[in-house]
Amino acid sequence: MQLESMYQDIILDHYRNPHHKGLRDPFDAEVHHVNPVCGDEVTLRVSLKDAGGEPVVEDVSYDSLGCSISQASASVMSDLVIGRPVAQAMTISAAFLELMQSKGAGKPDEDVLEDAVAFAGVSKYPARIKCALLGWMAWKDATAQAMEAAK
Amino acid sequence: MSAYPEHLDVEAIRAEFPALARTVRNDKPLIYLDSGATSQKPACVLDAEREFYRLHNGAAHRGAHLLSEEGTEIYEGARATVAAFLGADPGEVVFTKNATEAINLVAYTLTSSIGPGDEILITEMEHHANLVPWQQLAERTGATLRWFTVLPDGRLDPDLSLITERTKIVALTGQSNVTGVMPPVAEIARLAHEAGAPVLADGAQLVPHHPVDVAAMDVDFLAFSGHKMLGPLGLGVLYGKRDRLEALPPFLAGGDMIEIVRMEGSTFQLPPARFEPGVPPAAEAAGLAAAIDYLSALGMEKVAAHEESLTAHALDALREIDGVRILGPDTTKDRGGAVAFEVEGVHPHDVGQVLDELGIAVRTGHHCAWPLHRALGVQASTRATFYVYNTHDEVDALADGIRYAQRFFGAG
Repeated sequence: MQLESMYQDIILDHYRNPHHKGLRDPFDAEVHHVNPVCGDEVTLRVSLKDAGGEPVVEDVSYDSLGCSISQASASVMSDLVIGRPVAQAMTISAAFLELMQSKGAGKPDEDVLEDAVAFAGVSKYPARIKCALLGWMAWKDATAQAMEAAK
Repeated sequence: MSAYPEHLDVEAIRAEFPALARTVRNDKPLIYLDSGATSQKPACVLDAEREFYRLHNGAAHRGAHLLSEEGTEIYEGARATVAAFLGADPGEVVFTKNATEAINLVAYTLTSSIGPGDEILITEMEHHANLVPWQQLAERTGATLRWFTVLPDGRLDPDLSLITERTKIVALTGQSNVTGVMPPVAEIARLAHEAGAPVLADGAQLVPHHPVDVAAMDVDFLAFSGHKMLGPLGLGVLYGKRDRLEALPPFLAGGDMIEIVRMEGSTFQLPPARFEPGVPPAAEAAGLAAAIDYLSALGMEKVAAHEESLTAHALDALREIDGVRILGPDTTKDRGGAVAFEVEGVHPHDVGQVLDELGIAVRTGHHCAWPLHRALGVQASTRATFYVYNTHDEVDALADGIRYAQRFFGAG
C-alpha cells in the first residue's frame, strides 16, 4: 500500500493538531479561498511588520475546513513563513509549488522546506495537489494584498 | 448466497466491459462505483463507434456520396433509437453535447419570452447544471428564481404554492445525483401545466437507470447525457415536445440549422435540425444507439430492480457502520442508486483516497450540488453509485473500505 507515502506521520500530526489555527487580530489583509472541486475553504489573515525596511511576516492566522492534506499543509505553511522576511517566505512557497508539480519525482530540500518535505508523496496524486496548495495560495494572495496596501 | 435478489446475469454483463477487467492501484481489481459521474462502456458501444470511423465516415446531412448518406442513416437511425427508448417521436429528439448543454439550450432560448415579474422555479437539490443556467436566465431577464427546498432526509418539500401564474418554467431533477431522491416529477408537471408553465426534467441520473416514458412523465423537456448510460462521451439529448421546441428560437447558429441564408438575414430549420449546427457527431450517435440497444436487451425494469437491490444492500451495510451518516432517504422508496455519506472524523477526500488505494472508485466533494450539501448540513460527502455491472460483493468491499479508512485515520 502506498497510503503511508501520502499520509506521512508528519502530515497526520499537523492534521490532528494544526499550528497557528484560528483567526487573529491585527491583520493587514484577509482572503477567502475555496477549492471549487470539493468545497474546501480557508479564510486566512496576514500581518506584516517592517524590519529595517524589509517586510517580515509577523503572523499568519487562518480558519479552514477541508481534508487532511489541505489542513496539514496550511499548518506546515504557517510554521514556515511566520517570522520570515516576505522575500524568503516567497522563495519557500515557490519551492513548495515546484515540489507539488514534480509528479512524485521531486527531490525536496529539507533545509528549505522542513516539515513540508512530507508532502512529496502528494505530488503523485494530481487530484490532491490543489488540496496541498490551498493554504499556500491563500497566503501568497493575502501577502500580495498586504504589500500592495502598504505602498 | 446474498439475501438480496438477483435480477441480471452480472457476471456475463461484466465480461462485456473491457475496463472492468483491468487492475488499478496496488494491482487491485477495479471496483467501479462512480457510474453517476460516467459509466463504463461495453464492447458493443466501442465497436459501433469504431465501425463508423472504419467504414462509414462521411459527414451526415451533406455531400452527394455514399459515405455521407451512410453517415446520415446512422445518425438519424440513432435518433430513432433514442426516441423509441423514451416513447417519443424522432422529431422531438435533439442531439446536444451533453445534458448540461441541453439544459442551457432551453435556458438561453427562453430569454426573450421571460421578464421581470416572471418566476423560474427549480429545487434546492439540483446539480449545478440544472441550477446555474436558471440563475443566469433570471439575471439576464430580471425574472425571479424560486425553489422548492429539501427536507432533512433529502426529499423534496413539495410546497405546491410555489407554482403560480407567474411561473414561466419549472426545472427539476428526475433523480438527485447525491441522495438518489426521485421527486414527484409527474405530479409537479401536472400542476405546472395547470398554471401554464412548461417543465424541464434533468434526466441525467434518471434515464440511464429507470424505464422512462415521456408521455407518462408528461414533461415538456428532458435532458440527459449518453456517457452516463454506457454511451460515448460528448453526446447528450434534449427531448422536447414538438410544439415546445418549435416555439424556441435558435441557440447555437451555423451550418445545417438554416433554411435560407442571405447577407441581410437567415431563416431556420424546424427542430431538431434548428438546434444542431455543424457536422453531426454520427460516430457518437452510433455508440449511443448501441448502448441503448444493450440496455433495452437487458430490460430497463431489470436494470432498475438490480440497482434497487444494490442500493438496499448499501444502505443496510452503511447503516451498520458507527460514525457513517447516509445523506438522503434510508429506504429505496422513490430513491435511485446514488448513495452519498459522510464518515465522522474522516474528510470525504481522505475516504476517497483510502478507497482508491483499495481499488474502489468513488466520487468525493459536493458532486456539483453545493446548495444541496449546504441544506443537508455537510460541506462535502463521499458518493457511491451503481450500475448494471456492479455486484453485491462490491457493496461489501465498499463497507469494508470505509471501516479501513476509519481505522487508518483513527476514527473508527
